Order: sequence, then structure tokens, then C-alpha cells
Amino acid sequence: MPNSKKTTKTTKAAAKETKAQQTDTALKELESKSKRKNVLMQGNEAVSYGALDAGCNFFAGYPITPSTEIAEILAAELPKRGGVFIQMEDEIASICAITGASLAGAKALTATSGPGFSLMQEGIGFAKITETPCVVVNVQRVGPSTGMPTSPAQGDIMQARWGSHGDAPAIVLYPDSVKECYELTIRAINLSEKYRTCVILLLDEVLGHMRESVRLPDMENVRVINRIKPTVPPHWYKHYDENQKYLSPLASYGEGYRFHVTGLTHDALGFPTNKATEGAEMMERLRKKISYNIRDLVQIESHQLEDAKIALFAAGISARSAKAAVAIARSEGVKVGLLRPLTIWPFPDEAVRKMLQHVETVIVPELNQGQLIHEIKRLTKDKSDSNVIGLQRVNGKMITPNDILRKIKEVM
Amino acid sequence: MANIPQRVVHEYLRHDKKFPHVWCAGCSNGTVLGAIIRGIASLELDRNDIVMVSGIGCSSRMPVYVDFNTLHTLHGRAIAYATGIKLYKPNLKVIVITGDGDCTAIGGNHLIHAARRNIDLSVILINNNIYGMTGGQCSPTTPHEALATTMPYGNIEPDFDICQLAMGAGASHVARTTAFHTQEVQKMVVDSLTHPGFSLIEVMSICPVIFGRLNKKGGPAQMMKDLRDNSIPLTAVDKLPPEKVEGKIIRGTLRKEVQPEYCNVYADLVARVQNMGEDK
Ligand SMILES: Cc1ncc(C[n+]2csc(CCOP(=O)(O)OP(=O)(O)O)c2C)c(N)n1
Ligand code: SF4
Repeated sequence: MPNSKKTTKTTKAAAKETKAQQTDTALKELESKSKRKNVLMQGNEAVSYGALDAGCNFFAGYPITPSTEIAEILAAELPKRGGVFIQMEDEIASICAITGASLAGAKALTATSGPGFSLMQEGIGFAKITETPCVVVNVQRVGPSTGMPTSPAQGDIMQARWGSHGDAPAIVLYPDSVKECYELTIRAINLSEKYRTCVILLLDEVLGHMRESVRLPDMENVRVINRIKPTVPPHWYKHYDENQKYLSPLASYGEGYRFHVTGLTHDALGFPTNKATEGAEMMERLRKKISYNIRDLVQIESHQLEDAKIALFAAGISARSAKAAVAIARSEGVKVGLLRPLTIWPFPDEAVRKMLQHVETVIVPELNQGQLIHEIKRLTKDKSDSNVIGLQRVNGKMITPNDILRKIKEVM
Repeated sequence: MANIPQRVVHEYLRHDKKFPHVWCAGCSNGTVLGAIIRGIASLELDRNDIVMVSGIGCSSRMPVYVDFNTLHTLHGRAIAYATGIKLYKPNLKVIVITGDGDCTAIGGNHLIHAARRNIDLSVILINNNIYGMTGGQCSPTTPHEALATTMPYGNIEPDFDICQLAMGAGASHVARTTAFHTQEVQKMVVDSLTHPGFSLIEVMSICPVIFGRLNKKGGPAQMMKDLRDNSIPLTAVDKLPPEKVEGKIIRGTLRKEVQPEYCNVYADLVARVQNMGEDK
């Protein structure tokens, strides 16, 4: 049936064209800087536009579905703005290149998916120990290994926290809508600059590729944070100054400061040390700059929890289904609410504890074999965690509102 | 060639912060560092504009001792970090210090792609034919049949010719010498820093404490003499009978040609794209 074949082809071509047109309209809105209007865009597009609005001027990456659109958009957009785009030879090179660029002063970002994220882990640890700002976007897919390219999964929640060897805290953000992809990309870049660390943005495959209508904020309403630059003369400069709340100024290569950066345990100047006291100090510094600033770092959304007997705890795309389930359950008179972390690491302990005081049961829907659920169980006060119930799926399919509803009815 | 006195070399060291150094007595890493500093000093470059990047290994410990912008990275990844720095701030002079294991085993992929892009990095590869830092395991340049702790019966693998590898990948400047020939190292460093493109200098060196002892090479002085006696200048190769060339280290500039440099090519792209916008 040659004819029908032709029709599919034309339809496909037309679809492609519409997609290109949509991207074009979205880009126009991005370029207009003010009086921006509603446009239809994909999560990956929103990440790219967020990066540009936050001042990202360096991208190094390696193609992998479902993150590739981010690289493709930035390959087209960064040169227009005088920024740098480079496709590296692999993901290891990508994380290294953005870290190097950041040390030279760039706001640098890379985007990948599970297999690439695994390869980046050593470099993420290097950015953390050297306190170098950078952002890694991981649009998750089913694993382990090549898994199911490219169906949704939330299997990298723990890898984002513990994936790199050694013991250092993490800042990991998790959006649940296209608009939030834009907002949390800006926030990720801002936090990386402020806290001088590698910030991770976890996306779901579905979110990366889903289109929603978004009105980007006008540029004057976008809050952009830039790293603090030193004002002291070079011979006073300490690369890891014990400044207020451990957030110390950061010089760039080529500015006269001639500092040393190493992945070895180092002293305040950045020079390697074997002294136990200095090693302990460095580790404390890494820990405290996060733990002293929990309030600034943790963001949560509390949805209809006030009178809830059953709470759902979910992030990203699973929280979208959870929210829909709350609406349906409520319409049937069941008192359900949702707690959604926008920051998954550091974990929102305080909000979860508060929630646990008020509800009888917590259901944790997640696209893995149980990762977030263990954090909730860790926080159950009376040690009996039988009221924390998992709803898990790893077959490449979403958890639907109905799946959650069924679970709610089961536990009622 | 500029005669740089020892006093000037000292001025480039972080003498109050980082000495004594970690290298074994008799190691050639210090000798090579001295020659590198002399090369840099003779160019009278502003040291604020120099970034020295290294990977992991004995040789890669070099940057911490010198008063430049310095970056000691991950095993094998120095070139990738350097690529980010150079591409973001092309006005910086970026020198990469690396070892044979660092650059051609774990870091081989970055080497070939940086060479292919012809990005303006000066890679100084210190080839001691062994993994020094981890105690003598074989590297991709350990000679066939030589002993290494992971080749206790002699190395069964063939070894890399690193310069050929770099040239094959498209490096526009490639040269080789030895740690004995410090004047040549100095000159090649000058050539490398003034070459607008990817440059690889292979410095054959000695690891008397690990490789030397394992292979009964007779101590630092003897190993230095061997570098002298077992190497010949490229210019002499044609004049010698093949049997006198066989197995020798060939010293000299193997390639030096000007090709489009990556940062310049990227700047041209930016200009082109930005003009496209104006034409509309
Ligand atoms: C990812 C990783 N793998 C292995 C090591 C262990 N390691 C440290 S140095 C080194 C080899 C260094 O050899 P080479 O680059 O030849 O330098 P040399 O010490 O001989 O100067 C190895 C394998 C490491 N630090 N990181
Ligand atoms: S182990 Fe070998 S290469 Fe390393 S410092 Fe000692 S002599 Fe030099």
C-alpha cells in the first residue's frame, strides 16, 4: 500500500515541521526578554531556556536520549550569545570540560541520561571537593545499563546522592512540570554559583519530552545569582576561605590570583594536605555549607495536607499522577494530601517529620524498586514503619492516578 | 637559546608553600620541571596568563610546585579539563603535564580528540615507561618484555609510539626528546607555547626507583647516560645505517605545521552566526 505509506511520511514530516515551528515561537519569546507570552514547549526546551536566562555560557556534552534536545538547542543558541558549545568525546570529558571552564569563570552546564550520569560520577566528586560551580542535568531513563531506551524511570535518586565515591553532600532538584524545568534550571545554576558545588537537576524522561504551555517570566523578574568574586589582593586570597556560612569568594583563572586546585584533600589555600586536622576541616566545610543552609536549599510543595489522613510523597512525574489522584480521592470524600519535594537532596526532613505527625499512612509512588521510601521510613518517629507504603514500578510505564487511587483504597 | 639562571627558576616555585617535593631522589621529574620553567621564563610570559593542568601520577604532581594558575585533576582527564579552560578563555596559555599512563591509557581518548580538534594546548608528556605513582605496573609504553609488577614474567604487550599516535590523530606540533637533553626540552617548550595549535612534547624520562630497580637499570646516573646513548637526533637518522637507528629514541620535531586552531575556528563560527542575525 504505497499510498498509505506516503501519507504517514507526510504526516511525520508535518509533525516535524510543527515541532520546529513551536521551537521557533518559544525561542522568540526567549529572545524578547520582556512581555513574554504563553508558548508550548518541551521540558528539555524549558531546561535550555532556563540555562540561557540564568546566564549559562558554556555547555559541553555528549548525545544521549532523552536529554539530547538540550544539547541541540544550546548548540544553536550559545554561539548567538557568544557562549561556548562543544560536543565532547564522552560524558567523562564533558563533566571535566565544564569544570575547567567554570574555573576560568564560566557558568557551565551539561546534560545527560543514566549511562552518561554514571560515567560522570568521578568528575562530579571532583567538582564537589574543589568547590567548583557547575550543573549536571540528568534526564532519567530505565536502567540498569542501557535499560529501556528511553522509557521513564526514577532510578537515579540515590545515585544523584551517593553516586560519586567518598562522602560529600549533594544538592539535587526535581521538577514536576515544564514550567518548573525552566525555574529549577535557573535555581540549579544559581545554587551552584552560590554554594560553589556541582548541582544536579533530575528530570523524568516524560517531562523532558512532554509539551506544556508556559509563560516564561520577563527577564527583569528572573533572579540570577553570580558567584562572589574576591576583593582582596591576590596574596590574601584563600580559595576556600572560612567565610560566613562557608560560602567564600571564588577567583577565576587569569585574574591574577594564581591559586591551586586539586582533588586531593586540601587546606584553605587549596594545597594538598595529609594532616588529620586539615582533612577533617575540609570535610566539615563541605558538610556545613549544606547543613547550615537547609532552609535556603530545601523547597517543597505541600498540597491539601492540612486535614489529610493519608499522605502521598512523590517527586517529578510521579507527583503529577499523585496530584491527580488527590483530586479524584477528594471528590470521593477521601482525605488525601501530597508532599512533593522540589529539592530531594538535602532531603526535606523537617517537612516530612511534620507530615508524619499528622497523617496515619504515607504512600510513596516512585518509578524504581524503592528509593525515596527509605528516607521516609528513616524519619518515622516510633520506628514502626508499617504505615509507610510503597507503590513501585520499573517496567518503563508511568504510575497512573488510578494506580495510586487503588492503593489509597487498599490502605483505607 | 636563552640562558636562564637557577635564581630565575626559583622565582617560579612556590618555595615557601610546597617544598620538599614528593619525588624520589634521582627521579627526572624535577629536571624536566626545571627545563619547562626555563622555557616559559625565556618567553617572558605573564604568569597570570599561564594555566598548568595535570592528571594523576608522579609527573602530574608538577603543577603544585609552580606559581601559575594550577589544576591537578583526575587520572587521565587533564586534557578534558584543559579544553574547557582554553575554550572559555582562549587568551590563557594552557600547559598540560601528564604521564604515559595518564595520557595514553586512561586518558587516550581525550588525547586523540584534542589532537583532532587542534585546540591550542601544550601537552608535555613525561614518559617513564611505567606507572610510577602506583608502584610499577605496566603502562602502554612499557617496553615489550620489560618487567612490571603486573607483568612479572615480562611485558607480553607491544608498546605505543606516542608521537605517531598523536600525529595520526592530527596533532599539528609533535616533538620528542629526553630528560637528559634539558636544553632541547627548554627549546621544545618554547616551540610548543608559540605554536598556534595542539602540541605534544614527549619527554622520555627515568623512574630509577621503580622501573630502574625492577629492570636492573643501574641507578639514576646510569639511566640518564642511557637516555643520552640510546637516543639520536632526527637530523642524524638519514645519515646512519638502519641498524644504528633500530630501537633508538628519535629526538626532534616530528611535525610542525600551522592548521586551523579550534578556538579560532569557534570564534569564527560565533562571528558568522551573529552576523546571520544582523542580515535578517
Ligand atoms: C580512575 C583512577 N584509576 C586509577 C588510579 C590510580 N593511579 C594513580 S597514578 C596511576 C598511574 C600513573 O602513571 P603515569 O601516568 O605513567 O604517571 P607516573 O606516576 O609514572 O609519572 C594510577 C593507575 C587513579 N588515581 N584514578
Ligand atoms: S616512583 Fe619513579 S617516577 Fe615516581 S617519583 Fe619515584 S622515581 Fe620518579
